[in-house]
Amino acid sequence: MLDRYAKAFLETLAMVGVSSLIAIVCGLLLALALVVSGPDGLLPKPRVNKALSVLVNVFRAIPFIILLVALLPFTRLLIGTTLGIWAAMVPLSIHLIAFYTRIAQVSLNEVDHGLIEAARAMGFRRFHIVRHVLLPEALPGIVGGMTVCIIAMINSSAMAGAVGAGGLGDLAIRYGYERYETQVLFEIIVILVTMVTGVQFAGEWLSRRVNHRR
Amino acid sequence: MPEVRSEGDFSVYQNVQAAPLADQAPVPGSDRAEAHVVFEAIRKVYPGAGGGVHALHEVSFSVRRGQIFGIIGRSGAGKSTLLRSINMLERPSGGRVLVDGIDVGALDEKGLVALRRKIGMIFQHFNLLSAKTVRENVGLPLKVAGVPAAEIRRRVDFLLDMVGLADKADVYPAKLSGGQKQRVGIARALVHDPEILLCDEATSALDPESTHAILDLLRDINDRFGLTVVLITHDMSVIRAICDEVLVLDQGRIVEQGEVWRVFGDSKGEATRALLQPLRRGLPGDLAGRLRPEPPAHGGLAILSLRFTGESHPDGVSLESLLALAPGATLLHGGIDRIQGHAQGDLLLAVPAGALRSAAGARFSPDSLKVLGYVDDNA
Repeated sequence: MLDRYAKAFLETLAMVGVSSLIAIVCGLLLALALVVSGPDGLLPKPRVNKALSVLVNVFRAIPFIILLVALLPFTRLLIGTTLGIWAAMVPLSIHLIAFYTRIAQVSLNEVDHGLIEAARAMGFRRFHIVRHVLLPEALPGIVGGMTVCIIAMINSSAMAGAVGAGGLGDLAIRYGYERYETQVLFEIIVILVTMVTGVQFAGEWLSRRVNHRR
Repeated sequence: MPEVRSEGDFSVYQNVQAAPLADQAPVPGSDRAEAHVVFEAIRKVYPGAGGGVHALHEVSFSVRRGQIFGIIGRSGAGKSTLLRSINMLERPSGGRVLVDGIDVGALDEKGLVALRRKIGMIFQHFNLLSAKTVRENVGLPLKVAGVPAAEIRRRVDFLLDMVGLADKADVYPAKLSGGQKQRVGIARALVHDPEILLCDEATSALDPESTHAILDLLRDINDRFGLTVVLITHDMSVIRAICDEVLVLDQGRIVEQGEVWRVFGDSKGEATRALLQPLRRGLPGDLAGRLRPEPPAHGGLAILSLRFTGESHPDGVSLESLLALAPGATLLHGGIDRIQGHAQGDLLLAVPAGALRSAAGARFSPDSLKVLGYVDDNA
């Protein structure tokens, strides 16, 4: 039984880890593209901005469980199967990319416009403004958003377990729900709560570390 | 203030940045030695309903090399737009700005970057990067320009020393006071060894003591390095403290322009007078309430308002002459300020009503003299 827990835990960890990494990197890049191409951005491109925004909204609007099913053909094309943790990473990443894009976008938009103006006045090129002003100044919010994103990922990964992805969610459904083993269900809840608490704690610590505003 | 090491320290990096300002030849007819920044019929229209908002109407003037030039106006007068057209942070809707004879509006991205490295700028809210230390903030413009780390370090040390913050180099801006933040802003603005320094309401967010210190520092920098300083403010005391020349802007138009003492002593526009109001010594309220238009039946005091613009008595007001003019006068209120070597101000005198008539033929006269009214003897 114990190694079943260990296996499920590692599967969840892998799903969450890999998908979060993909979601955060892609989401941050998308958010940067949105902010830079926005009406007050460094390089306003109204049509690109509009297109990206609609795309993100579409994926934000679809509930995860439906996205999971809708993406099955795409997942099969990409991974070769629709079962297992690797297949689950496809809808998980896509769902959370859209989510994290919006979070990172808010942080980037909150960077004081005066800082960007000052950078322009000092002869910074656009790339330098992104590299030295936008990203570092938005970092506390970007890191805080990662915490939210990873916790949402733990949630969604449990849901993916319901459609054969493995992991803690899968274990909870099969043993806890279908076989009425309340003990298993309870233990998995404890594991999930511990994971979420750990992530939250680490996230807050890191966010404080990178915040020099106080 | 720490001592400056040498003039050489300051110009070491000139060759690093001097190169690519423009492949453009100076515009013919612009006097390079005299006019440093020239504004030619600058217009700015912000799009909006009914033809948009006109922020600037055909504004033309020039700033001479090495002077401290103040632009003052109420909020919405267009001064910020004007300042930002010098380094093209904001593009005017029409007209040209020439810096060293070069039309900055015609520069491409590369030319603009080079231009901006010759023009330092400081801001009301300092605009320091919160995620970087003081040293990193000051050094960053050089870093992105590709200056070697060792040279950045020397340059930053020199500038932090000059603004008196050598001991705060590794502190984050959040730990500094407003005045200290502005000092960092000044060090950062000077890091490229610019020829022009733009000050955008640089002291408006500071307490009076820090304001004074920052203005002294700006004056000092102007003296020492011969920088041309263009500043905008809504506070006449800033203009009085450091400017050589002032331009008054109201609703996008120039109201008047000239040497500070002249504009202060004899202001032409309503907007100028409104801006000067806080500095003027007007009629105190308690006296105003007791003034009457006619002298009392017997005795009584005439209240005289004397104005010295700095034109006729630049070296000061002789007390002896004052008493000859108004025998038995009591000085009620007022004072003389010295602006750019010209004594000017307002004096309010109480003179026995009878004595006033006999003073009519006195040789001495202020630039303006008015009898405001009369009060009873026990004034």
